[in-house]
Amino acid sequence: MSAVDDPAAIAKGPLVLAGGSLRRLLRNPVVVAGAAILTIILLIGLAAPWLGTIDPAAINPAVRNKLPGFEETLRNADGSQTVIVHRMGTDTLGRDVYSRVIYGARASLLVGAAVAVISVAIGLAIGLFAGYLRWLDGIVMRLMDGLMAIPAILLAIAVVSLSSAGLLAVIVAIVIPEIPRVVRLVRSVVLSVREEPYVEAAVSVGTPTLPLIVRHILPNTVPPLIVQATYIAASAILIEAILSFLGVGIPPQTPTWGNIMAEGRALFRVFPHNILFPGIVLALTVLAVNMLGDGLRDTLDPRMSKRL
Amino acid sequence: MLAYIARRLLATIPVMAVVAVLVFSMLRLTPGDPAAIIAGAAATSQDIVDIRQKLGLDRPIVTQFAIWIGRVLTGDFGESFFYKKQVADLILDRAGPTLALAAFTMLLSVFVAVPLGVVAAYRQGTWIDRIVMGFSVLGFSVPVFVIGYSLIYVFAIKLNWLPVQGYQPIAEGIGGFVQRLILPSITLSVIYIALIARIARTSVLEVLGEDYIRTAHAKGLSNRVVLMRHALRNAAVPIITVIGIGIALLIGGVVVTESVFSIPGLGRLTVDAVLARDYPTVQAVILLFSFVYVLINLLVDVMYTVLDPRIRY
Repeated sequence: MSAVDDPAAIAKGPLVLAGGSLRRLLRNPVVVAGAAILTIILLIGLAAPWLGTIDPAAINPAVRNKLPGFEETLRNADGSQTVIVHRMGTDTLGRDVYSRVIYGARASLLVGAAVAVISVAIGLAIGLFAGYLRWLDGIVMRLMDGLMAIPAILLAIAVVSLSSAGLLAVIVAIVIPEIPRVVRLVRSVVLSVREEPYVEAAVSVGTPTLPLIVRHILPNTVPPLIVQATYIAASAILIEAILSFLGVGIPPQTPTWGNIMAEGRALFRVFPHNILFPGIVLALTVLAVNMLGDGLRDTLDPRMSKRL
Repeated sequence: MLAYIARRLLATIPVMAVVAVLVFSMLRLTPGDPAAIIAGAAATSQDIVDIRQKLGLDRPIVTQFAIWIGRVLTGDFGESFFYKKQVADLILDRAGPTLALAAFTMLLSVFVAVPLGVVAAYRQGTWIDRIVMGFSVLGFSVPVFVIGYSLIYVFAIKLNWLPVQGYQPIAEGIGGFVQRLILPSITLSVIYIALIARIARTSVLEVLGEDYIRTAHAKGLSNRVVLMRHALRNAAVPIITVIGIGIALLIGGVVVTESVFSIPGLGRLTVDAVLARDYPTVQAVILLFSFVYVLINLLVDVMYTVLDPRIRY
């Protein structure tokens, strides 16, 4: 039995790599900072109901357009009073901006993660087969070239415009422009690996195509794909906010950072907090994901870091 | 060289053909009657019948595509039901502000980003390098409209130095024209500067390790001459490439920036058309932007041979 055909030897390669990489990753301050910020935002999103928030969709005409720190006094049925502090003020419908920003973390992170996972999965499947099967390559790559020629935000806007607005439509609209980028990456890895002696060896001992792709080629695509997935998540979070901001994204009653900012556009001159607070949190989140991506790239894929 | 340009020009045809098929099928893939969709919500049933006849919707899909692409190639994108105008005329009306904004942004970005990248590379590892790279990551992370509104808040509302929003054609006075383009161009250039500075730094760094740079230093050339004439010149190809690729970012940014600053350009037209479900206009704008993107990247490819005589086709 040759070394290439020994499953244990193959499995060991990536595992050893992963162990070493993890240690190197944890020593990289940029990665640690990015991961820490992201974890905090994720926890905030998950724990939203317990962070002093009120219903983020509750409309209250009595307290419209209040500045941050506004104190609203509610008279209870028994005559006692409850004071609600609007830490980040309220919007034009009297909704609590703080609550909306906290709950907004959910939509952004969900869209970022979903788009990254779905576009990598689809792109990986297409890229593996296109890279390995020559007859498929030409057709698929022309299609991808065409998709890449349409600027991502434009394509996303066009796709959402065709369906009713909603979370799923937004995810699909952001996934479609990202797919060709993943396909190209996967294909380039496949093309370079295909000529490696161990792949030739596997072919020569008669390994069928599917196991060959899954066992010998697929593992090579994992490190660059992890890096790519991180960048896709960052750009997806941004594009979601842009779609919501332009009014073609997730419906306005759902609290998303883009929606809060879209709401704040009209009265921006007087009440900039509606754009300021979600804007800062959004930028911080995308920054954290990008930092994570840069760190991952430097550790997992030194070749790529040299190129960029 | 000419043969190469001709070959590359021909190669853009299949790409644009795929784009055309995608844009065409977008409407056909949605459930519902395309004629009713194209006619819009306010159409009468006679309008829908007219459109169905004009587009040949009762004929096979391939014939429909042939009819549509034939019209598009002659510049006939149909009539916008929202603006009640030929889409081609609409685009011509709106192209000016967008071109002005894009040109300003492009100039600003290149003049800021390339020196930043070169300095960062030359002072690799120092605080200058860290600031430039930090800014670059930040530039990728802050959404265009947050930058735009922050700039408006500080420079237009608090300091009152520049107009808040709007656009003034160059014919109505160059002062007002430039004034109103300053904030939008800065807004739009941030992400572009981040991208170009990053690539400029990397490619200059790579070149600085070459033997001929050591030779240039050894024969006593000043740092400036070595950097500008030897390093930058040889690092130009990746920088130009990324300027071309970055056009996609610029186009995406134009859509948002024009909305923030109320500039009546093509980006604003795109958003308005999408919101009004004005499909003939949406299709035309996507085709146009993609065509420009492909064309600019073709130009970039051709420029390689000028910038780097080592590249021969």
